[in-house]
Amino acid sequence: MDAITFAVQLLNGVQYGLVLFLVASGLTLVFGILGVINLAHGAFYMLGAYFAYWISRYTGNFGLALVGGVAMAFAIGLALEQIFVKRLYGRDHLAQVLLSFGLILVIDEVRQILFGKDVHSVAAPTWLQGSIRLTDVLSYPVYRLALCAICLVLAAAIFYVIQRTKLGMVIRAGAENRDMTRALGIPFDVVNKYVFAGGIALAALGGILVSPISTVFPGMGDGMLIISFVVVVLGGIGSVAGAAIGALMIGLTDTFGKVFFPQISSILIYVLMAGVLLWRPNGLLGRKES
Amino acid sequence: MTPLLKISDLRSFYGASQALHGLSLTVNAGEQIALIGRNGMGKTTLLKSIVGLLEDRRGEVRFAGACTLSAKPEDIARKGLAYVPEGRGVFGSLSVVENLVMSARAGRSGGRRWTLERVFEVFPRLLQRRGNGGHQLSGGEQQMLSIGRALMTNPDLILLDEATEGLAPMIAREIWKTLEIIRGEGIATIVVDKDHRSLANVADRMVVMSRGEIAFDGTPAELNADPSILDKHLGV
Repeated sequence: MDAITFAVQLLNGVQYGLVLFLVASGLTLVFGILGVINLAHGAFYMLGAYFAYWISRYTGNFGLALVGGVAMAFAIGLALEQIFVKRLYGRDHLAQVLLSFGLILVIDEVRQILFGKDVHSVAAPTWLQGSIRLTDVLSYPVYRLALCAICLVLAAAIFYVIQRTKLGMVIRAGAENRDMTRALGIPFDVVNKYVFAGGIALAALGGILVSPISTVFPGMGDGMLIISFVVVVLGGIGSVAGAAIGALMIGLTDTFGKVFFPQISSILIYVLMAGVLLWRPNGLLGRKES
Repeated sequence: MTPLLKISDLRSFYGASQALHGLSLTVNAGEQIALIGRNGMGKTTLLKSIVGLLEDRRGEVRFAGACTLSAKPEDIARKGLAYVPEGRGVFGSLSVVENLVMSARAGRSGGRRWTLERVFEVFPRLLQRRGNGGHQLSGGEQQMLSIGRALMTNPDLILLDEATEGLAPMIAREIWKTLEIIRGEGIATIVVDKDHRSLANVADRMVVMSRGEIAFDGTPAELNADPSILDKHLGV
């Protein structure tokens, strides 16, 4: 493998990891802070991609699709939290799994009614549609580079909120000890509502951002859900920093695995997860249960 | 004057088992109450019932002029209650400063007597460790942080569970000194500790618990006058 091919694969791996981080950070926040296992997280990833397809088809504007899709997902998240999810706090995991599995079925059905089951594609903004020529046979799409940049900016924004703002402190404290946070007067139902909606919005955002480089199809959220759970477990439940490290590890392992070990590439990320869990049972940055 | 906290006939349950059996207790503004008794007699249960963390509670609890029997912990806290739990409850992933400012707010009367500077003045040790994570602190430092965090909410009543448990004597003395400062500020406290002699020095009233009920409620002098009470409820 020459240096340029290697660099291309490295970029692919990092870019996949960054998208994975966006989706998984939403999942880990909802899991870690609300204590809710949201199996429908992947369905919102898919829904985001369909929103992007739908809005950009009618307006021809990807920027509008991005903002509109995220806003719609956030609004749906707020509504779902109020109607269903808030009943799940403190309930056992079976109730959570049943409800969020039900949500998958409903979302799939609504998607079927609104958009059908055809495979769609979404056009990237025209100014990002070109490719950069690397060699005679290799070129790299500009949109993929832009995607990396957007994800990095978003990741920086997420880290800023989590690490530097008072809301972030409350979120981290709540992930660690919810009762103590409440006893200090933090209105957790309000925090919960926005964390859940924010988590859903991040899943949708991931789906919107990948829509120009992937196809938009009904089952696209399923695989994403599984990989996101791998990232969450790998990084440590509730840890956004852990999700970032885990997502990049998975992105690179998967991408280079397909290049170097194509026969076993599909199990490599699970081998990685198992290895990390043997070494650190609570994930890379997870805390021990006290 | 209406008392700050008035508990009547409080019965608390963990599932099917009853932990408090019709307990009554009154705390006036600025009063320091020492809560003593053997393990498992319901001291922590009582504190958790007041804070609202124990959900199944019946009877009557009024705090700061409102019924808080079925209120949520966050709403009770905002009426001017702060809680320093057994095991300190310090957030390990937050730095010392973050632990202090995350829940900082003005008191019920709008006053902000307790600020970051003031807490660092009382606990210089925390200033030295301001950038450290909560998980890097010693037990004594964690207790100072937990008390400092409670003060930062500018409360009218602080509940302090196992104030000096597991602390070296020198650190324990510092905690007792802090309690005198808090008393001087006119903040009421309910303090649980095994060291009833030190408690008697700082408390206005000694309350002895036994089997989910109050066995004695009086001044330290009154408790001293009748050694049989301590013998019966604290002696091993």
